[in-house]
Amino acid sequence: MSRSWMRLRSLRRSAYRQVGNLAKIVTDVVCPFCGTLCDDLEVALDDSGEKILEVYNACAIGAAKFLHSQAEDRLTRPQMKQEDGSWKEVTYDEAVEYTAQMLIDAKKPLMYGWSSTSCSAQSVGSELGEVVGACMDNTATVCHGSSLIAVQDVGIPSATLGEIANRADRVVFWGCNPAHAHPRHMSRYSIFPRGFFTGKGSKSRKMVVVDPRRTDTAKMADIHLQLEQGHDYELLSAIRVAIRGEKLPKTVAGIPAETIYEVAETLKSGRFAVIFFGMGVTQSLGKNHNIDIAIAVTRDLNDYTKAAIIPMRGHYNVTGSGQVWGWQFGFPFCLDLSRGFARYNPGDSSSNDLLIRDEVDAAFVLGSDPGAHFPVGSVRKIAQMPSVCIDPHITPTSAVSKLHVPVAFVGVEVGGCAYRMDNVPIETRKVVEPPEGMLTDEEFLTMVLKRVKEMKGAA
Amino acid sequence: MTDYIIRNGFVYDPVLGINGDIMDVAVRDGKIVDAGDVTKATEIDASGMTVMAAAVDIHAHVAGPKVNVGRNFRPEDKLFNCNVGSGVKRMEAGFSVPTTIRTGYLYARMGFGFSMEAAMPPLYARHTHEEIVDTPIIDQGALPVFGNNWFVLEYIKENEVENTAAYIAWLLAQTKGYGVKCVNPGGTESWGWGMNCETVDDVVPYFDVTPRQIVDGLIAANEMLGLPHCMHVHGNSLGEPGNYGVTLDTLKIAEGHKPNNEFGRESVLHHTHLQFHCYGGESYASKSFESKSKEVMDYVNSTDNITFDLGVVTLDETTTMTADGPFEFHLSHMNSLKWANTDVELETGSGIVPFIYNPKTFIAGAQWAVGLELGLLVKDPMKAYVTTDAPNAGPLMRYPRVYKWLMSAKAREDMLNNVLKYGDSIRARCYIGELDREISLYELAMMTRAGPAKTLGLGHMFGSLKAGLEGDVAVYPYNPESDTDDPEKIEYAFGNCATLIKGGELIIKEGEVVSNGRQKRTFWVNAKTNENPVVERDISEKFKRYYTVTQNNYTVEGHHYMPNPYVIEVDATK
Repeated sequence: MSRSWMRLRSLRRSAYRQVGNLAKIVTDVVCPFCGTLCDDLEVALDDSGEKILEVYNACAIGAAKFLHSQAEDRLTRPQMKQEDGSWKEVTYDEAVEYTAQMLIDAKKPLMYGWSSTSCSAQSVGSELGEVVGACMDNTATVCHGSSLIAVQDVGIPSATLGEIANRADRVVFWGCNPAHAHPRHMSRYSIFPRGFFTGKGSKSRKMVVVDPRRTDTAKMADIHLQLEQGHDYELLSAIRVAIRGEKLPKTVAGIPAETIYEVAETLKSGRFAVIFFGMGVTQSLGKNHNIDIAIAVTRDLNDYTKAAIIPMRGHYNVTGSGQVWGWQFGFPFCLDLSRGFARYNPGDSSSNDLLIRDEVDAAFVLGSDPGAHFPVGSVRKIAQMPSVCIDPHITPTSAVSKLHVPVAFVGVEVGGCAYRMDNVPIETRKVVEPPEGMLTDEEFLTMVLKRVKEMKGAA
Repeated sequence: MTDYIIRNGFVYDPVLGINGDIMDVAVRDGKIVDAGDVTKATEIDASGMTVMAAAVDIHAHVAGPKVNVGRNFRPEDKLFNCNVGSGVKRMEAGFSVPTTIRTGYLYARMGFGFSMEAAMPPLYARHTHEEIVDTPIIDQGALPVFGNNWFVLEYIKENEVENTAAYIAWLLAQTKGYGVKCVNPGGTESWGWGMNCETVDDVVPYFDVTPRQIVDGLIAANEMLGLPHCMHVHGNSLGEPGNYGVTLDTLKIAEGHKPNNEFGRESVLHHTHLQFHCYGGESYASKSFESKSKEVMDYVNSTDNITFDLGVVTLDETTTMTADGPFEFHLSHMNSLKWANTDVELETGSGIVPFIYNPKTFIAGAQWAVGLELGLLVKDPMKAYVTTDAPNAGPLMRYPRVYKWLMSAKAREDMLNNVLKYGDSIRARCYIGELDREISLYELAMMTRAGPAKTLGLGHMFGSLKAGLEGDVAVYPYNPESDTDDPEKIEYAFGNCATLIKGGELIIKEGEVVSNGRQKRTFWVNAKTNENPVVERDISEKFKRYYTVTQNNYTVEGHHYMPNPYVIEVDATK
C-alpha cells in the first residue's frame, strides 16, 4: 500500500468528519513529545488552516499530543482555586499579578519543570529565577540527573544519532525500552536505518538488550541479557573485565560468564558500538555509579574499536533546559540561585529534597507534571504552599496548585527551539493558531518578569 | 544617541600610524568621527591612560555545543569563581569556561568589541547562535567547520572546486556562518572509525582524499567565493612532539594561492594556535622535546599570504575543547581525566578534556615558551594575533597576562627564574632565553586590533580609530610614560579597562559595567553563487538518506537565533 494512498484514505476519513473541508499539509513538523524529536511529521489541516485533521509519520503518542490540542473542552483561560476547592476563571493579568507576587513574597521559591517548553521560554524563566532568587530544577532530577552527574565524574564519549544510523553495527539498549518509550527511535536512528556505512539496515547490526524484563525491545534482540534486577553495576563491571580478557566468576548478576565474554567479544568485534541507556539504570540501585561504569565500558571499547554512549532523554526539551542553564549558570539542573550566584548540589538543591525538607515556600511549575511523577510526600508539600502550574493540560499538578495557567502548546501552536537526546537543536514548528487570546509560556513569563522587576523597583 | 569625546589619552592606532600621541577621540551616532566634529559630547577624561580601538578576537571557543559540555561537565570550574549579579549585571560564573554572561563581561573588561567563535558544527549552529544571543555586549560571528565534511571530501576528491565553493556558500547561509574553518583535515572523519590523519598525506578512510588536498581545495574555494576571512586551519598532529614538519607542510599549501576579496585581506591561510604545532623532538621529556618556533617563523616571515594566532599556554588548570576528536581521545589517555566526545553526522566531531598546565613540569613551561616565541619572532606583527585558543591553552581572562609576557622581558625572566620549575631546561630546549624583544603598545595594537580585523575582512569596521569605523573604543588605565616600571601594571590595565564604548554606547564607565549593550550583533556572510543543480541535488540526496534532520529543518532561521544580524554580502556569481 503506497504512502500517498494511505494519506488519501485517512484524509477521506477526516473529510467525513469535516464535510466540505479540504486538507492542507504542513510538512517537516517536529514532534514535541519525547527526546527522539522526530522532525518528519506531516500534519493535515482543514481548509481554514485552523483545525488539525490528521498527523502522519508520528507514533501513537506523538499523534495524540497534536490531536489533544484540538480537544473541545480544553482550558483556555487561567483558573484560580477558591477556598471551597472550586475553580474560578481569572484573566491572564490577574494570573501574572498572583505569580509575580507569589515569587516576590517567597523567601525561596521552587521553579520546577522546564522540559516541555522552548529554549526561549527557558531563557526568560532563567532570568526570572535569577531576579527572584529561586531554586530551579528540571525533570532530569527524577530521570537522567544521575547521568548528568556521571558525566561530571567521567565525561561521555558520544555521537549524534546520525552517526549511529550511518556507522553503528553494535547497538546496546541498557535499561530502556524504546519500543514503547521512544517508539520511532529504532526505525529512525538505531536499528533499522540503512545508513551510509550500514547499507543492510538491521541485518548489518547486532542488537543487545539488557533488561530484567522481557520487554518488547528485548524480544527483538540478538542477545538479551536478562540480569537480576538491581545488578547493573556488577554486570557492567564484568563486561569491562571480559573486554580486557580477564577472568570472571561463573555467573555475574545471574548471567553466565561465557555469555558475558560473548557480549564483550561482540562489542569489540564491531566497527562502531553504541550503548543507549534509560531509567532502568539511572534510577535503580547504584544510580549515577551505574552510568559511571557504563561510560567506562564505552571508554574502554574505544581502545579496541569506536564506541559511543547516549542517554535516552525523556521530555522533548529536557536536554535544552540543561543546555540553557549550562550557558547561563554553568550547571544543567539542581540550581540554587537564592544567594545571588548559582550553586549546584544535587541532594541538597534538588527539588524533592527541597520540598521534603520544607526549604522552599512557593512552587512554580512549568512544562512538567511533578504531581504525577514526584513522591506523594513532595506533591503534598506543593499542595500546601502558594503554587502556580503553567501547563496546557489539566494535570495532577494543576489539580493541587492554587493557580493554573493554560498556555499554547509549544511545537503545535508556537515554534521554538528544542534539543534532541543527542543535544542536536531543532526548531519546532507552529502548525495552527492557539485558541483566541491564549498566551504562550514565553509571553506569560515575560509578563511576570516585567511585573517582578516593577515590584522590585518599587520595593 | 549620546556622543562621546575621550580627551587627552595616549592614542595607539597602527592603521592611522598614531603611536602614543596625546589626542582626543570622538564617537558620534555609533561611529568614530574627527574630534572637531562633535560639539555637545559627553567628555571622558583619559589623561594618563592608553586609548585604542576596541580589540578583535580572531579565535576563541566561547559559544556552542562543546563549550557548553565544558561548562556542564565541570562544576568544579565554578567553585570560587562566580560573581553575584548587581545593578544591571547578571550573575557570572566559571573560570576556564565562563557562562555566556561572564564571557560578555570579560570581553568588555578587556576592551574587546568583536569575537569570532572558532568552531561551529553546522548541525549544532542553532545552539551556537542561542549562546551568542545570550552573550552580552560584544559583536560575534562563528566559523562553521568544513575540513571533515562529507560534501567537501567528495567534491575535493574529484577536484571540484566550484562545487566545493557552492556548497560552502550554501552552508554559510543555512547556518549563518562567517567563514571556512578546517580542523584536523580528514582526521576527524577518520576518528569516526577510531583513526586519525597524522600527516598531510595520510589518506582519509573510504573518502580517499588527503589533508593536503582538503586544505588546498578549501583555500581555492574560499578565494573563488571572495569571502571576507581566509581559510582558517588547525592543522594535523596538534600537540605532537615533532609536528613542526607537518605544520610547515600545511603552511606551504598556501604557496601559489592569491587572496581574492574586496575587504583588504592579504592572507589566504590563517593557521590558528600555532604554538601547538611548532614542536620538535620525539617525546615531551626535556631530553627530547624542543621548540621549533624559529624554524616555522623563518618560513612564515618569508611569506606574504599567511597569518596566524599564537595560542599561548598560560599555565592554568583549563578545559581543552576542539573539533579534533582524535586529539582529545589521545589527551584523555595522557592525563586520565574525564573525556567527552561528540561525533557529528556527515560533518565533524569534537572532544573535551580538562587539562592542567602545571608550571612544575618541563613540558608546560616549554609550551608556554613556544607560544611567546612566535609572537617575539614575527617580523610583521600584522600577521600574528594574540590568543590563548581560549580555553585550550588558557582561559579567556588570561589575555592581559599574555600581553604582559610579550611586552616585558623582565616578566619572562621572572617566570623562567622563579615560577617555572625547569626554567633552565626550557632555556636550553627553546628559544625564549635568547629573545629580549619587547612588544610595544603600537605592536600590541597590531596584534590585537588592526591585524585580526584585517584578516577577518573587517578592517572597514573594526581595529582602528579612523573616522567612519564603528564607535568601539577602549581606554586602559595604563600610562605608557610612567607605568613601565612594573609589568604587573600591564596585566592589570588590560584586564580592567576604565572606559569601553561599544557601537557608540557607554558599556564600562570608570571601570564598572553599566550596560548590557543594546545593539549586540551577529555577523554572517551571505555569498551569492550561480545556481548549481549538482550541488543542490547532492544536498537533497544526503538529507533524504543520511541526515537525521530534514533539509527544511536544517536552516537556522528566526528572530530568537539572531535578533540583530549583520550580513556581509559577497557576490561570487561572476
